[in-house]
Amino acid sequence: MTASDPAAAMTPQTYMQSLSRWRVLEIAFWLATLLPFWLFPTYLSLASQIAITALFALSLDLILGYAGIVSLGHAAFFGLGAYSAGIFTKFVWGEPFSGLLVAALVAGIVGFASSFIISRFRHLTLIMITLGLGLLLHEAANSMSWLTGGSDGLQGVSIKPVFGVFKFDLYGYTAYGYALGILFLCFLFTRRLINSPFGLALRGIRENFTRMPAIGADSRAHIRKVYTISAIIAGIAGGILAQTTETVALEVLSFERSADVLVMLVLGGAGRLYGGLIGAGVFMIARDQFSGIAPQYWYFWIGVLLVVVVMLLPNGILGGLSKLTARWRRK
Amino acid sequence: MLPPVFGVLFDGIAYGMLLFLLSVGMSVTLGLMNFVNLAHCAFGMLGAYVTVMLMKNFNWNFFATLPFAFLAAAFVSVLVERTLYRRLYRATDLDQVLLTIGLAFISVAAAAWFFGTTQQPVAMPSYMRGSITFFGLNIGIYRLFLIAVGIVVTILLVMTLEHTRFGAQVRAAVDNQRMARGLGIDVDRTFAVTFALGSGLAGLGGALAIEIVGLDPHFAFVYLVYVLIVVSVGGLGSIAGSFAAACLIGISDIAGKYYVPQLGGFLIYLVMVAVLMWKPAGLFGKRS
Repeated sequence: MTASDPAAAMTPQTYMQSLSRWRVLEIAFWLATLLPFWLFPTYLSLASQIAITALFALSLDLILGYAGIVSLGHAAFFGLGAYSAGIFTKFVWGEPFSGLLVAALVAGIVGFASSFIISRFRHLTLIMITLGLGLLLHEAANSMSWLTGGSDGLQGVSIKPVFGVFKFDLYGYTAYGYALGILFLCFLFTRRLINSPFGLALRGIRENFTRMPAIGADSRAHIRKVYTISAIIAGIAGGILAQTTETVALEVLSFERSADVLVMLVLGGAGRLYGGLIGAGVFMIARDQFSGIAPQYWYFWIGVLLVVVVMLLPNGILGGLSKLTARWRRK
Repeated sequence: MLPPVFGVLFDGIAYGMLLFLLSVGMSVTLGLMNFVNLAHCAFGMLGAYVTVMLMKNFNWNFFATLPFAFLAAAFVSVLVERTLYRRLYRATDLDQVLLTIGLAFISVAAAAWFFGTTQQPVAMPSYMRGSITFFGLNIGIYRLFLIAVGIVVTILLVMTLEHTRFGAQVRAAVDNQRMARGLGIDVDRTFAVTFALGSGLAGLGGALAIEIVGLDPHFAFVYLVYVLIVVSVGGLGSIAGSFAAACLIGISDIAGKYYVPQLGGFLIYLVMVAVLMWKPAGLFGKRS
């Protein structure tokens, strides 16, 4: 998605500016996200699920796609956000935005604390640490059933209307609008972050962890920062899920959720801003369609999909598309 | 009379032996080729289903099915290695994780398709079922048998690796793959054989595990977590490391569930995170 035009090369400032210019396709994409309100009003609750998952995938993209941190336990922050928003809403106050703030805060604090561990490791050890931390949290939520409801889930979360006006309705108009709005805001923030010098440094770390400090960018400090930010965004995504569905199931912390979001991101194309969004959309719609036919074999198709993506489409759907357009332009 | 702590130790070690059988192959292949094979437990599951099917449909004796569990897992693993894995040896961790997790998903769905999602019952021979009393301690015969198998396999593996030509090749390839190639060792072939052996052992472990932990299509994922923990705690490419880590994790798991049940499955994750923080390369590992 980066427009590389060597002829117009350029001062660093103009390069950074060219990165962050809005393209027509992007604007079209965001306008298209409004279509479900009119075209598929019966699928709005699915649409809000997609928006939430897309936000979650976006948060994973920050650490995996840009900083190269493979995490098999990212659901930890999603679940933390979901539980803190749910518990806050249930016991303290039902106003949605303050709930999200709490979710972001809790996920951010835990993310910041664990980032000191994460930044010390690479490769398999890193995968194992993230997996272990995720499983630890899952067990913790399961055993603290007085607070979280354990395997029965957290029930009785009742949320107040957004801005005091828009009530969460059965059809999901408010839920989708709310989720989409937050997704867009977080996306704007992520886009700005990625197209900043900080974002460039992250890509440098992904390509070569040991060489970055030599040009003055401390890899570990950068990883700590981006991991915390990613945890905050994942927490917000979890918070929205808790608020729009008005319940929190133990599943929000599960390994499957971590694996699913990884699959979506890779399917869409990791290291591209829209990769997680496209991947989440394709994945969730496919799951909705396929599991209607034979729910227990859904994972068979996911497995086949993964093998095909790894073998034939190494950069996901978006990678394949941009390769195609590049070929088409050359002709 | 021995205090109950010995009973916990005994059960923990028996459980550890299962984990050892399931994980030793993965440890060696990871150390050898840096290939992250998350489908490893799917081979264990395959072995377990082979045993169940032979016993149920053909009324075979439990012990007679074990070699076939080993062979079936080894054979299928070679097929997969030749067709899919070998193209990804140079790929990133992420690609390997994704491909093998995909295969694990496929195996779970395939098992559900062929065998249903219910637990598979097996009828052990009656002489394996009871328990003997030893200084006031109840010792399950099957668990005793597991420990014996674990020790025999360990000795065989160590002998093979330390005292045969093939073992020397494997050790050389784990230590320095480039140099081993330079010396004329066919690392690819060595890897294929090691891979088959490791998967076969997983198949054997899976078959032996049915009696203790049961068998359903989620085996491939539930035990994957344990295997990964054992491998990373033990250190890559180290049999002694896997053995020690499997015992440590087995004992922590059983002891945790026995003494602090409110912690649930907590303890092993804590042990893992603690060990990895202390030694990122694992207990016996040389590199991370």
